[in-house]
Amino acid sequence: MSYHLTVNGVAFEVAAPGMRRLLDVLREDLGLTGTKEGCGEGECGACTVLLDGAVVDSCLVPLCQADGHDVRTVEGLAASGARADRVAAGRAMADRAPAIGPPPNSLPELAPLQKAFLERGGAQCGICTPGMLMAAEAFLASGAAPTDEAIRTAIAGNLCRCTGYTKIVESIALAAEWRAASSTGSTSSTASTGSTGA
Amino acid sequence: MPAEPPVASPATLAEAYALLQAAPHRPMAGATDLLVQITGEIGTLPERVLDLWRLDELRGIRTANGALELGALTTYTEIRQSALCAAHAPGLVAAAATIGAEQIQQRGTLGGNVMNASPAGDTLPVLLAMDAELVIGGPVGERTVPAAAFWPAYRQTAVQPGELLVRVRLLLVEGRQVRFRKVGTRRAQAISKVVLALAWTAEASGGATTGATTGGTSAGVGNGATTGAWRDVRLALGSVAATPIRAAATEAILEGAQPTAETADRAIAALAAELQPIDDVRSTAAYRREVACRVLRRLLRDEGGW
Repeated sequence: MSYHLTVNGVAFEVAAPGMRRLLDVLREDLGLTGTKEGCGEGECGACTVLLDGAVVDSCLVPLCQADGHDVRTVEGLAASGARADRVAAGRAMADRAPAIGPPPNSLPELAPLQKAFLERGGAQCGICTPGMLMAAEAFLASGAAPTDEAIRTAIAGNLCRCTGYTKIVESIALAAEWRAASSTGSTSSTASTGSTGA
Repeated sequence: MPAEPPVASPATLAEAYALLQAAPHRPMAGATDLLVQITGEIGTLPERVLDLWRLDELRGIRTANGALELGALTTYTEIRQSALCAAHAPGLVAAAATIGAEQIQQRGTLGGNVMNASPAGDTLPVLLAMDAELVIGGPVGERTVPAAAFWPAYRQTAVQPGELLVRVRLLLVEGRQVRFRKVGTRRAQAISKVVLALAWTAEASGGATTGATTGGTSAGVGNGATTGAWRDVRLALGSVAATPIRAAATEAILEGAQPTAETADRAIAALAAELQPIDDVRSTAAYRREVACRVLRRLLRDEGGW
């Protein structure tokens, strides 16, 4: 049985059991190891990805329910992340894939959200970070007012044992600030994603 | 990697029933309980799984035939975002908002909560308090079971092999009030230590003096209380017994009464006497009893304005 899903804009056909966890499909079948496994039971949010734009724990989504749907992982945040995905696609579908572009020879341009985590110290050990980033990405995309309370609610399903959360909340608030500045037509270069310049 | 039992993903309900008739399958809705059980090797690994996620026949929130009807696959997020639920079942919306966090609410379903039949299932006291009707489907048609008869024993339901829960009906009752409270370790991602729902319909103020077994005090109307006597009182609790339960003795105290301090004293005495919770990994019997009583007292105080 094979299933079809789109990951970070790249279409995949995955021949795997339908009950395989999306988490394992991403990490083991597609080689996208940015998504982490924490508790494996939906408590910690480390494995958070976006499924059709909605935050989900990828440890609790079986492959059969991702069939025909659109997945975004932490690899999809950075501007040239999609190229890395093609490398993964090449690995997963080596026997059927046509010519695939060369591997990236430079680091991808980080998304403003990732830069904000760097700037405010929103990451320490890093295990929660990919999931935290994806929950934050969905929150930013929702357009909700980035109050402290709203940010904390948005990451209520993501546990962090290092930061005490304050730095994470500040990072998300900073990213929201940049986003607001760029969407009001300001030419703030700090928030530029360089989406075409990779 | 965890075990990966075979799974079928039918596109129609008829196909699903046919698969169930051909061989036993464990139905799976949003998978937020089942994958925890499989990964954690809790209980028996299902031999086969029946993935219900593609059955759009089990989706949707609508009012029909005097009831709010929710398909079994309605997610907690859909409940939270539904204008119909906000208007007709705010207690259910409140319960949905306390389950897990957004990751769980996006996938977890009302039908899954009902069928998982955990005594801690957070929507279940709401369904009991609202006299929900649970519609069960099978190859030969549908039947309806009231919530009060749906969970006969620990982790058991009224659904028979070959059947599926298809939707939940909440009768539209003019003037009915429903309150929901949950006490857990933290606000998000916590399984409840005590969860309760209280429902009643208030008579017009002042019209309830006869027949109502209110206390003898002249303060029966309460300080600033605007409600009349309570009718059709339902008090349902989770995490305090092997199944979600109704607190019948406490309901009897509240029936026909008004939410005064005196009523509250008698109600919580009744509740303390009838609850038989247990000590377990999440809490103790003594704490659960104490907290259930305290939560009820606060609810009555809020309603009575004292």
